[in-house]
Amino acid sequence: MIETTLTPRAAARAERRAQQRRPAWEEKPTALGQLSKGTVLTVVLLAVLVPVYSIVLTSLSNQESVNIAGGMVLVPHGVTLNAYREILGNQLVVHSLIVSLLIAIVGTIISMVVTVLCAYGLSRARSFGHRTILLGLVATMFFSGGIVPSFLVVSGLGGYGSYWSLILPSAVSVFNILVLRAFFAGTAQELVEAARIDGAGDWRTLWSVVMPTSRAVLAVITLFYAVGYWNTFFNALLYLPDNGKWPLQLVLYTYTYRGNNLPGSGTTGIGSYVGHQAVAPLSLQMAVVTLTLVPILVVYPFVQRHFTKGVLVGAIKG
Amino acid sequence: VTGIDGGSAAGALPPGRLSAGRIDPPSARLAAAPPDNGSPAIPAQLQPDDTASPSEPISVTTGPASGVTGPPKVVARNRLTWRDKLIRDRSLLLMTLPAIVLTAVFAYGPMFGSVMAFQDYSIWSGFWHSPISSPAGFGNFQRLFHDPIFWHAFSNTLVISAVQLILYFPVPIALALLLNSVLSSKVRSTVQAIVYLPHFFSWVLVITIFQQMLGGAGVLNTYLRQHHLGTWDVMTSPALFKYLVTAQAVWKEAGWGIIVFLAALAAIDQTLYEAAAADGAGRWRRLWHITLPGMRGVIVLMLVLRLGNALTVGFEQMLIQRVAVGRDASEVLDTFSYYYGVVNNNLSYGAAAGLFKGVMSLILILAANKLAHMFGEDGLYRK
Repeated sequence: MIETTLTPRAAARAERRAQQRRPAWEEKPTALGQLSKGTVLTVVLLAVLVPVYSIVLTSLSNQESVNIAGGMVLVPHGVTLNAYREILGNQLVVHSLIVSLLIAIVGTIISMVVTVLCAYGLSRARSFGHRTILLGLVATMFFSGGIVPSFLVVSGLGGYGSYWSLILPSAVSVFNILVLRAFFAGTAQELVEAARIDGAGDWRTLWSVVMPTSRAVLAVITLFYAVGYWNTFFNALLYLPDNGKWPLQLVLYTYTYRGNNLPGSGTTGIGSYVGHQAVAPLSLQMAVVTLTLVPILVVYPFVQRHFTKGVLVGAIKG
Repeated sequence: VTGIDGGSAAGALPPGRLSAGRIDPPSARLAAAPPDNGSPAIPAQLQPDDTASPSEPISVTTGPASGVTGPPKVVARNRLTWRDKLIRDRSLLLMTLPAIVLTAVFAYGPMFGSVMAFQDYSIWSGFWHSPISSPAGFGNFQRLFHDPIFWHAFSNTLVISAVQLILYFPVPIALALLLNSVLSSKVRSTVQAIVYLPHFFSWVLVITIFQQMLGGAGVLNTYLRQHHLGTWDVMTSPALFKYLVTAQAVWKEAGWGIIVFLAALAAIDQTLYEAAAADGAGRWRRLWHITLPGMRGVIVLMLVLRLGNALTVGFEQMLIQRVAVGRDASEVLDTFSYYYGVVNNNLSYGAAAGLFKGVMSLILILAANKLAHMFGEDGLYRK
């Protein structure tokens, strides 16, 4: 990643082309070796792709397909959107979808503001107190108070039953601050110096010099936070007793994994009719699963290309 | 052999490590040797101009007194009082404030709240006024250490952790080696994009997927039933549960785990391979004598992290599957603390279990790091 941002694209491409050729000194690959490599890689890919494919397909299948398959559909016999019509007409599901989206959006914004500011504030060597602050933050990675005192602190501040309890307690990820801080301290120093010589203050430098040069790493960290909020499960279980406030993950857990009947339609147990077409209960359940998948599948390709070595490794190392 | 550290530093991303002693990587320290209001690249006469506000005395003291080299400037910098530095860095400090406040409330708050483990906590009296549990504050721990269910949770945690260490830990290393040997970069990046994906799924989603594939009504058992082969009860079997959670962890995280190892592999000096091949070393000898030593630092680091987290084993996995496999198989230290503390409203007792786990984890991570030092590696932080 770092290399590709620092070197011109053409050079990177040439380098990649050079790497793709087998060096002259290396032995010719054996047929057996190639075959076993290919087999392992194929198995690994299928292990990820087949379940996802089957779930999406089942959610799109009509009753007949589900009956023929006897359960999860691998071969389509008829595709319909009825399960989604049914699910998106269900108040509980729609509300949970909105809750999840709002928590992900608001939470990510708060987290990014806090993280970017803190990472920049700590990124200048020899600034006042940065070691102490960093030590104080890092210490929380090694020792935590545990579930019960956390629950009492959040409840004591009025978090029980309110949405901020899903956001504020997990708003700061020290790991992400370290990633970003290493990046700010490592790559942008010359530009920062130049900006300061030109008379830019710290806020100005951060906004118009440091952030624009760190787009890739910012995209990755935004994804981390957004996915974290989207996937919030335990905090919702802990702090939101009322199922009218639940995010999507809790709906998925209760009505798909546990198989409880979905209130408002009374369908999951026995199936239902949309128009004249039967909707298999399994399709409804898989439609809920697909709803939790879709935002990740939509955002992932845009950020995925930034996951190359540089961005994360400096941080994973420490 | 030491190509890893050099490699990542060359990647312009200094590995800021997780310790107070060595937070700044050497490269950053070198760069910082001259004071930060004048880097070596900037001519000395420019330095008085570069301060943010004219009221600061720094440029006057540092600028003219120093040459281009570092050390004299450092001496000059030391004349600044902490008050000067505070004023100079006030906006930087202001920026860290939101994170400090959130951390203080939601991380340090519970940390100090752990005193409740030594109390008979009641919600009415709070942390300040709850009575100390007798004898001498250790009543909860006394009961805890005589509680067979607690020790069951403890041993369960260790067993699951050990199974994961053996069956999970090598998978990303092997996958990274395999992927690294694929020459076509198109294949490589496609595979990477796909195997990273499950890392972003929630545990509920992953377990639901497992249920639809391997559960009683899932793809596997439907197939077995249609072919009259009986059924295989993976999702609800207490005996298989430790392997099931490991398989789920592999499916979700092993692909993501290869990132670090791929980076270590990329940092190995390619000329070493050529030289070894010229000396007649075959494929496997090169793997043993060049590749594995090149990955050693990262492997040890991941091992330290794994050992340090030995008492943290998939809390949400246990929570979600508790009904399916029963309490006995799925009770670990975290679920014990949650169910006894929050669900059964025995708050101090649950907090005591949590504190026990926290302290043991801290000891474990320090010990694992010590072990890494004994093997001559850095581990999480340096000596």
